Amino acid sequence: MTDNIDQLRAELLAAVTGASDAPALEEVRVTALGKKGRITGLMKDLGAMAPEQRKAFGQQLNVLKDEIAAALDVRKRHFDSAALDARLASESMDVTLPVRPEARGTLHPISQTMDEVAAIFGQMGFEVADGPDIEDDFHNFTALNFPPGHPAREMHDTFFLPQAEDGQRYLLRTHTSPVQIRTMMTQKPPIRVIIPGRTYRCDYDMTHTPMFHQVELLVIDTETNMSHLRGCLQEFVRTYFGVDDLTTRFRPSFFPFTEPSAEMDIGCSRKNGELKIGNYGDWLEILGCGMVHPNVLKACGLDPEVYQGFAAGMGIERIAMLKYGIPDLRTFFESDLRWLRHYGFAALDIPSVTGGLTR
Amino acid sequence: MKFTLSWLKDHLDTSATVDEISAKLTAAGLEVENVENPGAGLEDFIVAHIAEAKQHPNADRLRLCTVETGTETLQVVCGAPNARAGLKVVLARPGVTIPATGDVLKKGSIRGVESQGMLCSLGELKLPGNSDGIIELPTDAPVGVPVTQVLALDPVIEINLTPNRVDALGVRGIARDLAAAGLGKLKPMKDAAVPGTFDSPRKIKMRLSGDAKLCPQFVGRAIRGVKNAESPTWLKDRLTAVGLRPVSAIVDITQYLTIDLGRPLHAFDDAKLTGDVGPRLAVPGETVAALNGKTYALDPTMVVIADDGAALGIGGIMGGEPSSVTEGTASVFLESALFAPLTIAATGRKLMINSDARYAFERGVDPQSAVPGAEIATRMILELCGGEASHLVFGGEAPDTTRTIAFNPARVKSLGGVALPAGDIKSILERLGFAVAGSGDAWQVTPPSWRADVEGWQDLVEEVLRIHGYDNIPPVPLPRAPMPKVALSPQQRMLAFTRRSLAMRGLNETTTWSFLPGKQADLFRGDLPQVSLANPISADLDVLRPSLIPNLAAAAGRNAARGMADCALFEMGPRFEGTKPGQQVMIAATLRSGSTSARHWAGTRRLVDALDAKADALAALEAAGAAISGLQAAAGPAGGTPGWYHPGRSGVLKLGNQVLAAFGELHPGVLTALDVKGPMVACEVFLERIPQPKKKAGTARPLLKASPFQPVERDFAFVVDSGVTAESLLRAVRGAERDLISDVGLFDVYEGPHLGEGKKSLAVAVTLQPKDATLTDEQIEGVSKKIVAAVEKACGGRLRA
Repeated sequence: MTDNIDQLRAELLAAVTGASDAPALEEVRVTALGKKGRITGLMKDLGAMAPEQRKAFGQQLNVLKDEIAAALDVRKRHFDSAALDARLASESMDVTLPVRPEARGTLHPISQTMDEVAAIFGQMGFEVADGPDIEDDFHNFTALNFPPGHPAREMHDTFFLPQAEDGQRYLLRTHTSPVQIRTMMTQKPPIRVIIPGRTYRCDYDMTHTPMFHQVELLVIDTETNMSHLRGCLQEFVRTYFGVDDLTTRFRPSFFPFTEPSAEMDIGCSRKNGELKIGNYGDWLEILGCGMVHPNVLKACGLDPEVYQGFAAGMGIERIAMLKYGIPDLRTFFESDLRWLRHYGFAALDIPSVTGGLTR
Repeated sequence: MKFTLSWLKDHLDTSATVDEISAKLTAAGLEVENVENPGAGLEDFIVAHIAEAKQHPNADRLRLCTVETGTETLQVVCGAPNARAGLKVVLARPGVTIPATGDVLKKGSIRGVESQGMLCSLGELKLPGNSDGIIELPTDAPVGVPVTQVLALDPVIEINLTPNRVDALGVRGIARDLAAAGLGKLKPMKDAAVPGTFDSPRKIKMRLSGDAKLCPQFVGRAIRGVKNAESPTWLKDRLTAVGLRPVSAIVDITQYLTIDLGRPLHAFDDAKLTGDVGPRLAVPGETVAALNGKTYALDPTMVVIADDGAALGIGGIMGGEPSSVTEGTASVFLESALFAPLTIAATGRKLMINSDARYAFERGVDPQSAVPGAEIATRMILELCGGEASHLVFGGEAPDTTRTIAFNPARVKSLGGVALPAGDIKSILERLGFAVAGSGDAWQVTPPSWRADVEGWQDLVEEVLRIHGYDNIPPVPLPRAPMPKVALSPQQRMLAFTRRSLAMRGLNETTTWSFLPGKQADLFRGDLPQVSLANPISADLDVLRPSLIPNLAAAAGRNAARGMADCALFEMGPRFEGTKPGQQVMIAATLRSGSTSARHWAGTRRLVDALDAKADALAALEAAGAAISGLQAAAGPAGGTPGWYHPGRSGVLKLGNQVLAAFGELHPGVLTALDVKGPMVACEVFLERIPQPKKKAGTARPLLKASPFQPVERDFAFVVDSGVTAESLLRAVRGAERDLISDVGLFDVYEGPHLGEGKKSLAVAVTLQPKDATLTDEQIEGVSKKIVAAVEKACGGRLRA
């Protein structure tokens, strides 16, 4: 019997090894282990044997069965792997092909800059306020201490709407400052707001556009003084321009709605006609500011003997141009796709003081 | 405001350099805009003496000069016709840079003769004047010294004056600020009265009656026996340096004092006057032929200076030609008056005259300056033109503007942030001309007459800070809470999120004008009123936009003209619905033109269509917080879509009756009117109409109930009339069994001849999601029947065979 089994083993292993492909191997499996297979047949014969003989022969048969099954498996995996190799060899594509087009959207530099400004001042406890583009004389001028007929009004090149039926001559706001008035008339101090928005002046040349954007700051409480104004703005310009030790210069100036008034310069270089922000010895005017004028506080119902604070304003386009090296103001409003894509910002490039302001 | 260094030194005793003065002016709030220093770069040129000049041996036109510098003797070849022995000249030695060319001078040989330097003309030094020959210096010029010590090189300083500082409109006021800031000593003013020798034959007649405050004071004086010749060189040089044109001595004196003291004056030719002189309101139809050669028609809000006959000049703005002084003038009548700022501003604006006098008076000339101004002018006229002066004649009087400001010096710290000893504060104020009384925290400060701009204690703080130096304000960080609060309101966060969501969709954000041409606005106005500007910047930016679409379409058109026809733009900003504050709403608008992408091997390119715009609208709505599943779409004009869209390829998205967005292909007629090529598709989303979620009690989201049972998907194809909308069919399917149907997708739309005329097939994939147990075949069958019945009922559809 043992000889028979050894012979069968040799035959079957030879058949496994000799199988040339997967179907041939399958045939070998059926021949050996199928319902009518040779090992299966021998298994069936066990029933007719005497118990001792059955036990010994059964054990040998089981060993043989496992051995053949293992050999079949190894051989099958060889064929599978060869088949996969053959398939892979036949499957290829030119991965240097350009990918299917996906449009990449952008944010306008004005939006991004406003978000940057809000991120920085938000860190200092400011909230964002807004107001209407069409304003009345009171909010845009009178309450801001521009007396009627005063020459300072003329410097604003105001766009007017035709006289309304209520007798008012509405206008397009010439600055974001009217929102100071709206804020002070509706909120109790302490107040800390920034006001970004569209502003309008009747002026159009190399460096002026009839519409532009400003951001206004307003702080009202009982303690804030010019030291805080300077400190706040210094922190802002250092963070915004990413120059940790950027020097600032404060100069006296005049605005009807602040007293004392100041203009702030930051360090720069103009060497070889190229503007660089940093401590290079030259100065660049960046914004106007001052302590809120007592007449403005009074116009909003606040007692200037009790309340004080500061206001500041700067041009969004201007600080964007300075930071990102955008040479021409007028291009901000031309909607040239090449410009929008070149100077625009990725949708997910959300500025944050802690997460990084500028990529 | 321009002045020269020597002019400043008439009032200020200082040894400071131009650079020091410039820095101090800017620091004190008199921002220096420009300094023209003609002496800059001339430091190495020296005075030399031509000892001998003879003919060049090899050139007819050249001279061979022996030049002495006091320490050496040089041989210089010179081509100037005026090079001659005995002359004091400007010598450039090898190594110096010639300003006119920027070249460094080298020792050289000219026509075979060595030249050891160059004798310079004015032009070569970039100085104004006659450059026909070399400069002839005064014969007493010391040889060997830098020429900057000998030439009259007067630096011109230009400052950018803020409108409040009328006191600094005169050189005197600038000197006062510099002295206060410690840069020298203010010289005393030479304004002693000039005694008159006779009574003026002409009196002042104030004819303003009820409007006396428009010209409260008028001082005059006759000066007879004058000779009105050309001004002396020093005076002409100063006027020229600051950009004024010298006319004649008397006119130049009035011009000079306007700059010197900020005190405008006027001189009439006395022989051309009739009777008494003084201010009155213009009479309707009255005209004045002004000194600028133009004739102005005046109205009764304007003040004129008149004699008994006619209006002579426009008060405080410009004198008249007929009564002006000329070279033949033998006697003058001098006017030194005061005008109210508002009337000058209004008149100047109406007549569109910009003059130095208007500039000063509308900002507020020192009300006490009329008499000293007249005296100083008189003295100058007598000095330069001779003659004798009458006694002064007066009309009205200077208004008393004296006021006292209660001032606590501690305010310098509490408002200005600068800790400064009280003594320093007092000293600064006094140096600026303020009178300080009182002590402790109760000072009484009286501003000088020339500082009309100083009203409250805050102004005093500024004066102190300004002179002490703003750069001495220590920066202190704004105190703040340890953890910042959220800076944006929910509405602002919604806008920011919407903006970035649209950019994520491949749209490029742009910013367009709030204005547009009225004709274009009319195409997009619907029922809105036209909001036009009274003074537009140009005829094509004359109306405030009723929609963002026309500007976006024009932008796409401009890009197409540059060869970029495929645009995907968006803008978020206001549209204007009325002329009053608040009549504006926030819109998110997108516009796509051309194709969805460039041509591509994968063949995914197609023209943009209305559903691209719908997708943008839905994305914006969802980002802005709208519950998308609750929205209904309505098609075309019947559904309420505005007329600037293609009637068959557009719609609105509504929540109940409220239109939240409109979208679609732009009307071809509108595109033609805008002169742009289509197709263009667009959407407008009314962000403020989207109901914002109520403030939630917490941040927890509703619990996820993920069913453990297998979902089942069944497909149905229905044949419906062509007019049946997809949305009505989908709604019917969804509503057939809400508890089980979790999703319905439309996967095929088909129209074909065998369906029959006017029919189409819509095929949907329905997902059934059981919650409690696996679905049985009977349950599935039951739902299927309900779906078929619902579609039949709602859309008249039947299952496709």
